[in-house]
Amino acid sequence: MALIDLSKKEVHCKVVYYGPGRCGKTTNLLYIHKAMDDKDRGKMLTIDTKGDRTLFFDLLPLNLGKISGFDIRIQLYTVPGQVMYEATRSLVLKGCDGLVYVADPLKVRQERNIEGLEDLRRNLEKNHLDLSKMPIVLQYNKRDLCDTPVPTLSIEELEQDLNSQLNTSYFEATATTGVGVFETLSEITKKTVRYVAEKHLLTNVD
Amino acid sequence: MADFVITAQSQEKAGSLIVNSLINAGVKTALLIDSAGNVLANCGHEQQDLDIDAISLAALAAASLAATSQIAKLIGEDDFSLLFHKGKNGNIHFGRVGEELILITIFGDDVSLGLIRCRVAELADTLAQIFEG
Ligand SMILES: Nc1nc2c(ncn2[C@@H]2O[C@H](COP(=O)(O)OP(=O)(O)OP(=O)(O)O)[C@@H](O)[C@H]2O)c(=O)[nH]1
Ligand SMILES: [Mg+2]
Repeated sequence: MALIDLSKKEVHCKVVYYGPGRCGKTTNLLYIHKAMDDKDRGKMLTIDTKGDRTLFFDLLPLNLGKISGFDIRIQLYTVPGQVMYEATRSLVLKGCDGLVYVADPLKVRQERNIEGLEDLRRNLEKNHLDLSKMPIVLQYNKRDLCDTPVPTLSIEELEQDLNSQLNTSYFEATATTGVGVFETLSEITKKTVRYVAEKHLLTNVD
Repeated sequence: MADFVITAQSQEKAGSLIVNSLINAGVKTALLIDSAGNVLANCGHEQQDLDIDAISLAALAAASLAATSQIAKLIGEDDFSLLFHKGKNGNIHFGRVGEELILITIFGDDVSLGLIRCRVAELADTLAQIFEG
């Protein structure tokens, strides 16, 4: 749920990076944190990690400049992707305004990607949110692995598995080196701000 | 879940209520947040040496309280009525305000928990009215 502060002319939105375990959600946030100017980002908060596995969530607050005179503040969250942390994922989704679904290209993870999307739909419902109405973009991460001998999924296969119902924009990415990371962020930000603005009839937001 | 729209008027009103009832009673910091982790009001921290990262605190408190409610449900309770952590030098109390808001107070041992609970309970209805209507 967005927060619109008319006195400070600020809009605060929450965007959640969702997806199966090890697909690269935390890596996206780490890259954004590293690449952005100090003045445009807050502290990155990483709670409860075991090795590099997220157990609770990561949070990165960003300042994305002005749209129609409003300062746009976005809080990026990641969920723990491992199947057993479903309850935690549901908590983190509370009040979210936009979503990035990060998918893993490894052939052996094909089922996990599909299950992850179902898990997302279910946990949104628990929070009285409807996946088909929310701003969402897909990120097909780890594209660098496609040049290696490990069996990977083609974009067509990923589209078929994940995007046939959603029909939304997708981005190919390699989060470790930053390829596609800001393209993904910029698209979900635009979609989310537009969604919140339209709900509240703030005019001329594009 | 509805979005919150804050106006200068609602912010001022909430701010002065919180200052009068809590900050003037010795509370170091009072934060009003929503269950998504947004900060609606942040009072009293100026006089303090310790700089609290309000955004991190709000995100963690929202998640922690959501987890606590789930724990309550697991053992057959609606929710816990006292949400409080005691430290060596500081204490933190969480009070539910309306359906979606949480009032966090941070205070030292010079202020009694009873007073905090009483003041937070008094404020809850008025604050809920201001923001949730
Ligand atoms: N080759 C390659 N590895 C990647 C890429 N993105 C992430 N990784 C690696 O994949 C592993 C898991 O990445 P994380 O970002 O921790 O995954 P996560 O989605 O946060 O995982 P959970 O916290 O368990 O849900 C790490 O070792 C990353 O370095 C990528 O684009 N290419
Ligand atoms: Mg992670």
